[in-house]
Amino acid sequence: MLDIIQVNKTFNRNTVNENKALTSLSLSLNDGDFVTVIGGNGSGKSTMLNAVAGVLSVDSGQIFIDENEVTSLAEHRRAPYIGRVFQDPMMGTAASMSIEENLALARRRGQRRGLRWGLPKRDRDFYREKLKELELGLEDRLTVKTGLLSGGQRQALTLLMATLKKPRLLLLDEHTAALDPKTARTVLDLTEKMVARHAITTLMVTHNMKDAITLGNRLVMFHAGRIVIDVKGESKKELTVEKLLSMFEKISAFEDFDDKLLLS
Amino acid sequence: MNISFSNLLDQFPGALAQGLIWGILAIGVYLTYKVLDIADLTVDGSFCTGGAVFVVLLTRGTNLWIALACAFLAGALAGLCTGAFHVFFGISALLAGILTQIGLWAVNLMIMGKPNLSLNVGRYPLLVSLRYLQEVIKGERPFYSSPLFIVSLFILALIALLYWFFGTEFGTGIRATGSNIKMAKAQGIHTDFAKIFGLMLSNGLVALSGALLTQYQGFADINMGRGAIIIGLAAVIIGEALLAWLFRNFALRLASSVIGALIYFLVIQTVLWLRLDPNYLKLLTAVVVAVFLAIPHWKSRVLQLPVRRNGGKDHA
Repeated sequence: MLDIIQVNKTFNRNTVNENKALTSLSLSLNDGDFVTVIGGNGSGKSTMLNAVAGVLSVDSGQIFIDENEVTSLAEHRRAPYIGRVFQDPMMGTAASMSIEENLALARRRGQRRGLRWGLPKRDRDFYREKLKELELGLEDRLTVKTGLLSGGQRQALTLLMATLKKPRLLLLDEHTAALDPKTARTVLDLTEKMVARHAITTLMVTHNMKDAITLGNRLVMFHAGRIVIDVKGESKKELTVEKLLSMFEKISAFEDFDDKLLLS
Repeated sequence: MNISFSNLLDQFPGALAQGLIWGILAIGVYLTYKVLDIADLTVDGSFCTGGAVFVVLLTRGTNLWIALACAFLAGALAGLCTGAFHVFFGISALLAGILTQIGLWAVNLMIMGKPNLSLNVGRYPLLVSLRYLQEVIKGERPFYSSPLFIVSLFILALIALLYWFFGTEFGTGIRATGSNIKMAKAQGIHTDFAKIFGLMLSNGLVALSGALLTQYQGFADINMGRGAIIIGLAAVIIGEALLAWLFRNFALRLASSVIGALIYFLVIQTVLWLRLDPNYLKLLTAVVVAVFLAIPHWKSRVLQLPVRRNGGKDHA
């Protein structure tokens, strides 16, 4: 359902800082796949996510969501297909607007926004019910500005917003990296629950190898702008951190060793 | 001339009328500065554009309401220029506003044909005028023809309309664009369009304010918009500093900008009554704006200082 075909992206082309972020990257996801993405800093995993979301334009190659080519579509025009949660908890919600207003914005993600009232009273019960599922007590705080929430609460709310109108594809960009371990756990459990309940195709970038191994049905590892390890199905279930590291060592024996240090 | 208190009181209705008229500009500035998070300097030009278009049309026999509508549209067009500079040319919003403002100087001269156009209150049926204000005070006219009454009604209608608009799906999208543009894009909001629309609406209101001021003072002048942005900012900031704790609703926030404008003009009137050289007013305004802008910054720095009441070693 997501097809990334031969995508290339180079930053600062023809300068001393030239950086090949993605080199002939191809990746195809099936409907309902939950793919975890790992890789060292600068390996291209975030660049891929940004290319899919439309934050970055690619130099060459194609990106399809379902049968629709989105390669050169503006970011806001990909929103109908894509729900996103960012690393920075500040980024997913509008701080000066209430929880309810944020949810109302998310409810119309990718749809036309006309002159109908933006906060219909009849939606309140629906929002309350959805917020209850987060188990953070936010259902009683509909009119509170999201700027007053904690990082964990904001990430949970962003996750709810990303799935409120079911996306074809959910992009999670290290969305627990900025949280303390306990909160990260909560948000991750919530992620698992929501993805499973709605059977959403998901790409989750993470720095945590353990999470990458335990979550999802497929794991890909990025290195130097390409996918170097791709584990799915049964072998994904049997994967351990040690196995993954030894796989990576075999591959990187021929390449530079920078990333191994970062990953271990 | 004597510095007597009654003398000051006599000046207050005039100050209030000016405050209300500039209050409409303040609402426009609120929309860009607070809602869209853009410091839009187009205002200095579009304020005069509104006055110029209005005077030229009215003196050529156009209906007053149509002339007002055209003034609004002319301002919106100025906002469109700034928006296009910003969005399509990739120029920073601040610089885009300055460019439009400079360009408008020539455009305003072209519209007026000369630097100053007078509008004789006796010859045209105006909506608001200093003379009407004086005649109402003397009892020669009914209260409802007072500029204070008419502009207040105008403002109430405007606030109601804006409250509705910024509560719609589209308006909420504009607010989201100003609050968190990354989030807005992720939700599929066309943020470029939202910015341009916001700039157009804001400068339309600013031009409307200019059109009302030319009626009130009886002339349009090429310099009438000079420093308008600072007065608008002063109104927004004073209103917020004094009323933000009380006014949380969007309509009330808009109203607090108008109240800020009223306070600004009352203070200015008082300062003039104290015989300050009018030429120093802009300096005074700049200092007031700078200080009010600094207060939240200083506050947050004080709050961030480590607490040292019990000394650090207890917690080490």
